[in-house]
Amino acid sequence: MMVNLIVFFGLALVAVASAVGLLLSKNAVYAALNLILNFVTVSIFFVLLAAPFIALLQITVYAGAIMILFLFVIMLLGAERLSTGPVLPWQRPAAFVLGGILLVEAIYVILFRSGPATEAIAASSGFGTPEAIGDLLFSTYLLPFEIISILLLAAMVGAIVLTKKRKQDG
Amino acid sequence: MLPVQYYIGLSVVLFTLGALGVLIRRNAIVIFMSVELMLNAANLAFVAFARAANSMDGQIIVFFVIAVAACEVAVGLALIVEIFRTKHNINIDQMNSLQG
Repeated sequence: MMVNLIVFFGLALVAVASAVGLLLSKNAVYAALNLILNFVTVSIFFVLLAAPFIALLQITVYAGAIMILFLFVIMLLGAERLSTGPVLPWQRPAAFVLGGILLVEAIYVILFRSGPATEAIAASSGFGTPEAIGDLLFSTYLLPFEIISILLLAAMVGAIVLTKKRKQDG
Repeated sequence: MLPVQYYIGLSVVLFTLGALGVLIRRNAIVIFMSVELMLNAANLAFVAFARAANSMDGQIIVFFVIAVAACEVAVGLALIVEIFRTKHNINIDQMNSLQG
């Protein structure tokens, strides 16, 4: 139990520190690298939560494809040079106040309003394996699965159409 | 596995940091990355509840959330690239052509 707590809080510290790093870094490339670290840490949490397929999916798709796309665009646009602070001077304190309220409220709900903190029941065998996910994807969740493929097609076509050069008329 | 409240607490903290990122930062790409952080926090909550309830449905939902996030990032970054082509700037304070 103690080892579990140490592992959890160590990883949670890395996750929160990299999220704060994303928030505070002046260079967009550093922000992207912090976010990659955050994704990898959350992926380790997924492994701890008996979701190995989702963990590797997270690393492959999120940290491996989405963040690389972000880095390409950052370097394409030269967005490392970042800009000044917000135009409205009260915006930053208001954001912190609202964020603080959200955090306090959520911690109150978790500490005082949630059910009893029980140790989880043991996971059924084959929980979180690719076989279990594939089984569900092709039986109960077949319709969302097919719709996702259409969504991916639409996103691909949309991204290409948006960045095509316009033909000059006349 | 620790009680689910620990994981939900971490998910809430990450979500709040992502929301703060959307509110505070001025660079459109960093705002987009903060949105991805919020999605990731929600994924963590889903997987934690899936494990606590011993049900695979939460993991299937995370599968779909990751797929939708990938599509959204592709289209969103294409939009940002297009905006940059005309304005040569991705500071969101400069994107006020629809104002007034």
